[in-house]
This record gives sequence, structure tokens and C-alpha cells, in this order.
Amino acid sequence: MKILMLDPLKCTGCRACEYACSFKHEGVFNPLDSRIKISTFLEDLSFVPSVCMQCEEAYCAEVCPTGALIKNAETDVVEFNKDKCIGCKQCVVACPWGSIKLEHTGKEIIKCDNCEGDPECVKVCAQQALTFEEVEDAVAAKQKGVAVKYKEIAKEMAKGVNP
Amino acid sequence: MINGSYQGKILRVNLTNGDVKVEAINEEWAKKYIGGRGYGTRIMLKEVDPNIDPLSKENKVIIATGPLDGTLAPSSGRVMVITKGALNGAIACSNSGGHFGPALKQTGYDMIILEGKAKEPVYLWINKGKVEIKCAKHLWGKPVDETDKLMREETHPEAETMAIGPAGEKIALIANVMFNGHRAAGRTGVGAVVGSKNLKGIAVRGNLSVNVADPEKFMEAVYETRDILSKDAFSGGGAALYGTAMLVNVINSVGGFPTRNAHDAYFPEAEKISGETLRDKNLVRNEGCAECPIGCGRVTEIKEGKYKGEHGGGPEYESVWALGAMCGISDLNAVIMANYLCDRYGMDTISAGSTVACAMDLYESGFMPKEDAPFTLNFGSSDALVESIKRMGEQKGKFGKLLAQGSYRLAEHYGHPELSMSAKKQEFPAYDPRAIKGIGLEYATSNRGACHVRGYTIAAEVLGTADRLKYEGKAELAKTFQDLTAALDSTGICLFTTFGLVGKHIAALYSTATGNECDEKEFMKIGERIWNLEKLFNLKAGFTRKDDALPPRITKEPIKTGPSKGEIEKLDKMLDDYYKVRGWNEKSVPTKEKLEELGLSQLK
Repeated sequence: MKILMLDPLKCTGCRACEYACSFKHEGVFNPLDSRIKISTFLEDLSFVPSVCMQCEEAYCAEVCPTGALIKNAETDVVEFNKDKCIGCKQCVVACPWGSIKLEHTGKEIIKCDNCEGDPECVKVCAQQALTFEEVEDAVAAKQKGVAVKYKEIAKEMAKGVNP
Repeated sequence: MINGSYQGKILRVNLTNGDVKVEAINEEWAKKYIGGRGYGTRIMLKEVDPNIDPLSKENKVIIATGPLDGTLAPSSGRVMVITKGALNGAIACSNSGGHFGPALKQTGYDMIILEGKAKEPVYLWINKGKVEIKCAKHLWGKPVDETDKLMREETHPEAETMAIGPAGEKIALIANVMFNGHRAAGRTGVGAVVGSKNLKGIAVRGNLSVNVADPEKFMEAVYETRDILSKDAFSGGGAALYGTAMLVNVINSVGGFPTRNAHDAYFPEAEKISGETLRDKNLVRNEGCAECPIGCGRVTEIKEGKYKGEHGGGPEYESVWALGAMCGISDLNAVIMANYLCDRYGMDTISAGSTVACAMDLYESGFMPKEDAPFTLNFGSSDALVESIKRMGEQKGKFGKLLAQGSYRLAEHYGHPELSMSAKKQEFPAYDPRAIKGIGLEYATSNRGACHVRGYTIAAEVLGTADRLKYEGKAELAKTFQDLTAALDSTGICLFTTFGLVGKHIAALYSTATGNECDEKEFMKIGERIWNLEKLFNLKAGFTRKDDALPPRITKEPIKTGPSKGEIEKLDKMLDDYYKVRGWNEKSVPTKEKLEELGLSQLK
């Protein structure tokens, strides 16, 4: 199972992902139509990407009265069926991430569908702040990263220097 | 109705009476001059008498995007400020990165024409196409970063902002216009013109889409160009790692790094202020402007010494040089602090640094009486640098007021204008013409005064294969770079894309976005047309061949040390060649034939 990994430390805040996303789904360039969002904190000069996490316990799907949002166990994507949507916007309220959005006219629900397994946002992220990875690999890489730090401490300990 | 990636509308705001009008983009002009810099200059020629005082209410300021702004084209978020410049009265186009350009486009306007003068300080709030002129009395006097924050608090947290700082308010001739709090349209004193109109800033937020004429072909060009930039050694490697300041060691190693007001062109302590050192000691993260795969922007923090805890954007190469080597300073923390202060006051770092260097030169040579200097002002004094920048920003005392007008006025005041390292009264940037011949020709002929980003011949002379010490071929080189840049600027794409891209790539992005058929040859022709258009404005403003000059230090005093020791710049022969290559007469006036060829005869 692959997931979208977001790394705020690598993000440079260029927002190319937003433009790629809106174009892929709507055929125009408009950050308001993008499923992914980069939040910029200018005072701290920090940039934080956010997008639908395809939750296991998807509140948006639970609250949807018409079954327009359904968690697909096979693809792991919370799928949105536009034809079933009545526009009640309860999914917008329910999503803890703010990742169920309204497109730029404020009329229709939009959400990330992982581009059916080939996310456009990942393709334009020159800094690799966005990656689409097997979840096991992502976890393993993180564990390894932490392990590298512990390894250095262990070396010191081996010398008899207790940190 | 215009097609493609233009929004097709211009917003005209009269600050004197508060009138707001919406006008259609002129399709013929869009084809002839693209947008941004080119289109804005055409408006200036039609609507503004080139002979006016740039600080009078008759001057206009055009805040413009190009047709690639707001698209996924790489590094395509430039915003341009076009006006008659305050520093020298020439046609000025200063451009900036950040996110303001695309946001302006999303409000539905390609550009804003600002006219007249507000009775009291105001700022504009353009929200989804609606325009509000808001009181800015409470913002007047505030530094740029705070102004940006307050404007967003008062309008929308996601608004993108333009603002001037205290320097622009006080009409410092080296004042800039800042975007997103820390990005600058730095040169030519555009901030003074905005300040003269009592305009503190603009906040924009829109909800409209940008379309392109041929989506399939456009995206092909987008992915091809993004890919090239990611693989290029500079745009896909060094620039992200070390920022533009990676050039410190590169330029110093050829002996072309002006030092101590260009007394020399080699700085033995360059390593201490290099991009590599900046990365080691101060870099927090990289920052990218809109849609930029390069990410040369620096987010930095001062981690030790008396400025510990200060943080902000930059510095980039030119700032490190101007506030560093040019003043003989190798204390990187002081250079970074001076850079932050310039951003907060809203001053151009190149002009500010070079002006402090000029003051140090005047002081050491005894031309500036000791009592005129508020402190000892020797080359290499980092305290003198930081204190001078503060006094300039606040225009404190005679010293602060004098320095805020740039090095030319300062040096002229003390009877030695030759000590101003400038052309057309604008301070030249971080490449010494004695060591890199073509860039000197470029400084002398640049339509907005000495400048490296009108025609970056460095790409060929230092980073490429052209012989930097030869004069032959430099006229053609300068023309080619100037024409390409004029067209490229006008599309809204960043000049740094040319580290990997050539004319045909930009032409492909431009033509598939707009639907205007354009190959590389035509693109270069448009660039030449824009260059000549700017020249026509300057000729009408009274500029002649004698203004295409360099300081005597560059043409007469040989470099003292380093790899280019003994070199001087011989400008006159290159100038003759250049005018010929341009199809201008020996007085630098475009010939009738040239203007006819470019479709500019009616403007003569």
C-alpha cells in the first residue's frame, strides 16, 4: 500500500504541487482547485504541505448521508462519487485535516484521489518534499534514520562514556 | 477578448481622486511586447512624458505580471514594477519573486496602473477583483516585515502583499518595493516613486483560474523545462545547496570580485562570506518562489554574536558582495544583519552596500570631513556598516540623509563623483568589468543604469566558454543577452531559468500558453523590440552616448592583486561595436531602418 508522504522540512513553499494538482483535475491553474495545500508561515519562513490522509476511520465517509464518500479497502483511497453528492458539506466539517475542500466557486466538493496511484504533485516536487511510497518502506526509512543517531550514541557508550 | 494565459484586464487606480477603472488588454500590444516589462514600457511611452520629475504625481507606476505568471511554467511568478526610476530618471523595470504575481493574476488582472498621489497614506486591497483603497496612516513608518503581517491581518491571512518600508516613505532614492515581506524589486529607486504617491502597499487575493491556449503542448513544455532545470548543475544542484552566493568563490577565483569600493577585484577573505560558509553557519532552509524547481532562496538565522537570534530571508550573492567585500567586510553575521535591515527599511542591498563602500572611500581619502561621519568609517568595519544602514533607513542626520540618496549624490556632494561605482548613477553589481570585459559594456548600456540582470554575460564569460578578457564578440554577446532577457522578463519567468533553458524553451512556453505563434527567432526579435522601446524612452528623457559610461576607476586604474592583476576596461571600442550591432548610429540613436524593422517607427 502506497501513501503520500509530506516532508515540511524539505518543502520550499513554491506551491508547484497546487498548480499541478488543479491542472490535472480541472484543466486550469488555480490553487483553490488544488487538493493539496501548502500553508506558509511567513514570520517563521516555514512551509507545511497538507492533503487527504485517506484515513482508515474516515469521518468524512461516516458523516456522508448519501454514500458519496466511501473508503475503498482495496485501493485504500477514500473515494468521492460526485453523482451521489448533495452538497451538504458535512464532510468539510468532519474532516480533521481540512482536506475535504470546495473548489473555487464554492459549489462542489473536491478531494485527493492519489491520481489513481500516480500523483501529479509528486512529479513536480523538485525538492522531494512529496513522495508516494510503500508504507512499509517509509516506516523502515524513518526507523533507519533514527537508528543512525542512536548508532553514534552507542559508539560513545562503547568507549565507556555514558551520555 | 484576448485568449490564453492572459486575464485580459488592466486595473487603473487614480490615487488622487480614488477612481478605479478596468480596461481591456490591447491585443496588438500583447503580441508586440508580450506583457510585464515590455507592455508596461509601452504604456509608459504612451501615457508619461519622459521628461517629468520621477517623483511628481505625473509619474505612473505599473505593477505587472506576464503571461506565464500563475501557470506551472518553472519559476514563473515574477512581478514587475515599471516606472520612470527615481535614482536616475531612466525607464525602470524592477522585478521580484515571491507569490504576488500569480495572486494578482488570480484576482483577474494582468496589471495595475497607479496614477496620481493620495492625500494621505493608503494601501490597496484587491479581493477577488474588488478594489478598496484603505487608510495606511497606522502602517506609515512601519518596517516591511511588520507591514506585510499587519496587512494580512487586516485583509486575509492568505493575501500576498507588496509594501514599501520607511526608506520609500522618506523618498530615499535607493528605496525598493518589497513583496511577501522579504522579496525585493530592488533597483532603480522604484520604492521612492511608490512612496511619493503616498502608497504604502497592496494586498491581493483572488479566486480566478489561469487558462492556457494549448494545454497539452504547454504541459509538454512545462515538464521538459522543469526536467532540464532539475538536471542542470547550477539550477538543479549548486543553487539549491548554496544559494546564489555560491558565486562568491567562483567570481573571486577569476579576480572579478570588486573589493573595497573597487580599489581591488580580489578579496582574500572571500571564503568567510561564501555560499558554502552561509550554508554551514546560517542556513535554516531553502525557499522557492512561485512554481520554482530551483529554490535558491535562503532562510537564515544568526546563531552567534551580537545579532544572535535574528532571522529572515537571504542574503543572496549580490547582497553578500555589496555589504561584504565591497565594504572590505568578512564578518558574515554583520553582512546578514545588514541584509535583514535593508529588507526591513525597504532599501536595495546593492545600492546600499556600494554607497556605504563609497562613504568609506571618501572618509579614508579625506574627502569627507571627519566631523561629517558619525563614527569611524574605515573599510572592514562591520559596526560602521550596520550603523550606516540604520542611519540610511531612518535618514538620521546629514549622514543618513546623504547616503539614502545613493553613492552618486554622496560622492558628488563631496566633490568626487568619480568615486561612485555606478553607471547612469546606479551602483554596479558584483562583477568587475576590468576582469570580465563584456559585463562592463552591459553595465554601460543597460537601459536602467548599471545592472547584471539586463544581460547576464557572466553566463558565457565566466560560467561558459567565452574568453572573459577578450573584447572581440562582446558587443554581440551583450546584445543577445539583453534581447533574450527583455523578452523573458516580459513573460514573467525568472532569469535564473536560463542556467538551463535557452530561447527556444521559453518561446515554446510562451507560445503554447498564449496561442501567439512564436519561435526562438521571433522571441529574440520581440526582445530587441522591447530593448529599443526602452531606449526610445531614455532618449526622450535626455540620455545620450555620454551616459553610457563607467567610472574612471574601472577604465583607468588597473586591478592591483589576484588573477586579473593589471587589467583595465577599454569601453569605447566595445561601445562603437555595440551601437553597430544594434543598428544605432554612433550617438547611440536607433536608425530609421532599425525602428522600421522592429515596427517602432511611429514612436520615434
